[in-house]
Amino acid sequence: MTLSIVLSCNAALLMVAVLAAALGRRPIATPVVYGLCTVVAMISLFVALKHLLGAAPLESMKLPLGIPWLGAHFRIDALAAFFLAVVNLGAVITSVFAIGYGSHEVAPLRVLPFYPAFLAGMSLVILADDAFTFLVSWEFMSLTSWALVMAHHRVEENVRGGYVYLVMASFGTLALLLAFGLLAGPDGSYSFAQIRATHPAAGLAALVLILTLIGTGSKAGLVPLHVWLPLAHPAAPSHVSALMSGVMTKIAVYGFVRIVFDLLGAPLWWWSIPVLTVAGITTVMGVLYALMQHDLKRLLAYHTVENIGIIFIGLGLALAFKSEGMLFAAALALTAALLHVFNHSLFKSLLFFGAGAVLTATGERDMERLGGVIHRMPQTAFLFLIGCAAISALPPLNGFVSEWLTFQAILLSPELPSWGLKFLVPSVGCLLALSAALAAACFVKAYGVTFLGRPRTHVAEKASETDRYSLAAMMFLALLCLVGGILPGLFIDALAPISSILIGERMPAQFGAQWFSIVPIAASRSSYDGLLVFLFMVISGALAAFAIHRLASDRLRRAPAWDCGYPDPSPVTQYSAASFAQPIRRVFGTTVFHARELVEMAPPNDSRPARLTVELHDLVWEDIYAPLVAGISSLADRLNGLQFLTIRQFLALVFCTLVALLLVLAVWS
Amino acid sequence: MVLIRDLAIQCAQMLLVLLLAPLFTGFVRKVKAKLLRRQGPPLIQPYRDLARLTRKEVVLADNASWLFRVIPYLVFAATWVAASLIPTFRTGLLFSWSADLIAIAALIGSGRFFLALAGLDVGTSFGGIGSSREVMIASLAEPAMIMIIFTLALIAGSTQLSAMAAFMASSAVGLRVSLALALVALIMVAIAENGRIPIDNPATHLELTMVHEAMVLEYSGRHLALIELSSSLKLTLYVSLIACLFAPWGIESAGAALPALALGAVAYVGKLVVGGSLLALFETSIAKMRVFRVPEFLGAALMLGLLATLLRFVSGSF
Repeated sequence: MTLSIVLSCNAALLMVAVLAAALGRRPIATPVVYGLCTVVAMISLFVALKHLLGAAPLESMKLPLGIPWLGAHFRIDALAAFFLAVVNLGAVITSVFAIGYGSHEVAPLRVLPFYPAFLAGMSLVILADDAFTFLVSWEFMSLTSWALVMAHHRVEENVRGGYVYLVMASFGTLALLLAFGLLAGPDGSYSFAQIRATHPAAGLAALVLILTLIGTGSKAGLVPLHVWLPLAHPAAPSHVSALMSGVMTKIAVYGFVRIVFDLLGAPLWWWSIPVLTVAGITTVMGVLYALMQHDLKRLLAYHTVENIGIIFIGLGLALAFKSEGMLFAAALALTAALLHVFNHSLFKSLLFFGAGAVLTATGERDMERLGGVIHRMPQTAFLFLIGCAAISALPPLNGFVSEWLTFQAILLSPELPSWGLKFLVPSVGCLLALSAALAAACFVKAYGVTFLGRPRTHVAEKASETDRYSLAAMMFLALLCLVGGILPGLFIDALAPISSILIGERMPAQFGAQWFSIVPIAASRSSYDGLLVFLFMVISGALAAFAIHRLASDRLRRAPAWDCGYPDPSPVTQYSAASFAQPIRRVFGTTVFHARELVEMAPPNDSRPARLTVELHDLVWEDIYAPLVAGISSLADRLNGLQFLTIRQFLALVFCTLVALLLVLAVWS
Repeated sequence: MVLIRDLAIQCAQMLLVLLLAPLFTGFVRKVKAKLLRRQGPPLIQPYRDLARLTRKEVVLADNASWLFRVIPYLVFAATWVAASLIPTFRTGLLFSWSADLIAIAALIGSGRFFLALAGLDVGTSFGGIGSSREVMIASLAEPAMIMIIFTLALIAGSTQLSAMAAFMASSAVGLRVSLALALVALIMVAIAENGRIPIDNPATHLELTMVHEAMVLEYSGRHLALIELSSSLKLTLYVSLIACLFAPWGIESAGAALPALALGAVAYVGKLVVGGSLLALFETSIAKMRVFRVPEFLGAALMLGLLATLLRFVSGSF
């Protein structure tokens, strides 16, 4: 029942896409399309939640689509239901936001038809139960999102982002294709049920793991496969950016969990090592890249890379624990990762919505041209602040809960017997702690430079508050961030069936413990109570406010800023995004980005101003991609000669190839 | 009955840290002055300062937003909650289970996050310099703190402060290399987090190397009073934390009677006196660092914390 409803919802979304194309440029199209998407996604969300919370049995279905002898298999279990809920929650809120935001769209026909199709593509990846359907849905999702990235195709930067995205998405799909090929074995048993029944041998499984890490990692944004993400995510309209960053990256996480935890069989001890290494590097690199940005949306996109790293740290720990039979700890680590999946989808969407609201109000994404927006957009500023606090893992909001659970999982790992992990896990813990602190720095910068201070340009001065739909969507997300922080037990319990399926063990029931606290292992070991922390903060803040206002003077006078007696009237003298990040750039950037600062002082008697030039190098791009691209182009140039052969040369070439292939075959058998 | 007593003790603890915090700041100042052969301000000077500030009107910059006016309360709330969850004279506080040491560190982080925002709100270059340096310091001090917490949690088998203090007071703890490393790292982090010499100078107001004072430069009146009180609280908090973890003698367990509690309180005050004197001695005997020396200092703390954690992972006996 659940499955057929969800599949019908996806069919409905595809029909909405057709309708959007039919409606064309009529102004009614925007509210109709987004309104329909809201309704359909809400039905899916409701059904998925009912399946997840009601601990319903798994359902599967085979439709006569696709390859005739294979058909299209669909299946919904707790894992799929959870990710379906994440996707559709994101879809509902994004569609509500877009009812308001989409009315500013200059090229609606380039967005509206692809948007519902993109939503359907994401849901279908989750529901797919055979390799063919999975890959087709995966490509469908990639291509529809690519079309959305290219919505504003006249901006040169977007074209480049779209191109890099297309190449990386194809590369990722290629890796997944090979992974599924290996999983299916020589008999070509492509349905997941058959793959589950026959686990591949250890060597093949290792290859599948690496290919899956590459395939899903390129979609999720693991370093060094992240390069497309900060180019493509900001290029799309802001509500699509929110979906791509908040939700689509989670589909990649789903793909990884599905293949590695479900299809691949029992993990070996070393599987966690590549996952944890890549994840640890990803967290810190992601946030360091984010700190160097001054484009608000690009900063958020880089920050997604960091959060994906945190999620993969949890998944890597779960693999390590599972391979050693520490099922309880594995359940804890997996729950932490999945909770972070949910939490990140909330606050990242909220932040992208906020960035979108600022973008429509001012036409600017560049933080260096904003400032003081809090005076003109107080509500957006307040909601964006909640998003910033949540993503910086500040208690009592939700981001802290998932990081806290990850730390608790790390504290269980000294019992792992392997020596590699004994060194790796604390180092990854250190990287995680470092990235948490840097994330706070990054969002002080993002918020402080965009919303606080004095307006740097006229557009920032003239901004006006965004529309009601957008505000309602952001308000709902901010509320969920708070609820997720103060009642975390509710969400942790909802994830229990997933770890029961994938690990065979679950965390103890949390909801209903005293004062809604969470106790992952034992009360004597660790516990955290978001509700009480929240209440304490409210009470002590209120007490302070009360005491101050009763006892102290409440006089207030507005005056020019003090600034040690030398306030400068020009807003250029404030700290900018670049100057705010300068100390961190100096501490970390000299090694990570080979950052250099060149000060060019004019000689005496010359009235030219001094200039400070900052040089940053994206080493991933320069050392990995640039040589690769250069190699491929030079190879392509050489191969180009093959097009201009004479007929005899062509025939000789064909003959030689045939002989070579026959030789290979002879040696092989 | 037990609940009421526990509640009373929890409240007493909250009030104790709140009321002692300015006195402690005054004490450190006094000892520093004495070491420099100065008379120094009276011990109760911080209370007088706070009272005077609350009587004065607030001069708010033209450009200050609503956030600027809310932040002192937020910072104070976060710091006070964190401070009142650290056992001072009795473990097993009524609400100690509501936040473990990781959460306490994160609460302190929240305070700093908002204070750094306040530095950027008015849009002056002084505020910006303070904020950007504060987050640079925090970006190394926080992970160092987490690594210290890891070490201690792995030794004590808990991240719960009450359980940790009880374990540290028991004979099971013994002398360990990792504990020594963690203690050194924790002291370094505490110095950095409180902006003491050699990281920052709490006594200056017009120096280009200042951090904390630059962030709060635009605050005045009651807002400044709250910020000053919060930084006193934070200093007391760190000294209490070090005392609770590394000198847990005299902290009474949950079932202690009233006289024992009084003794515990006296022991706590004694620890504050010793901690404050050591801090003053350290501060007078060292010169302030250049700002870009600070990462090296904190990087050392982070490496010590990581080393201690690694030792714990490699062998249970270190």
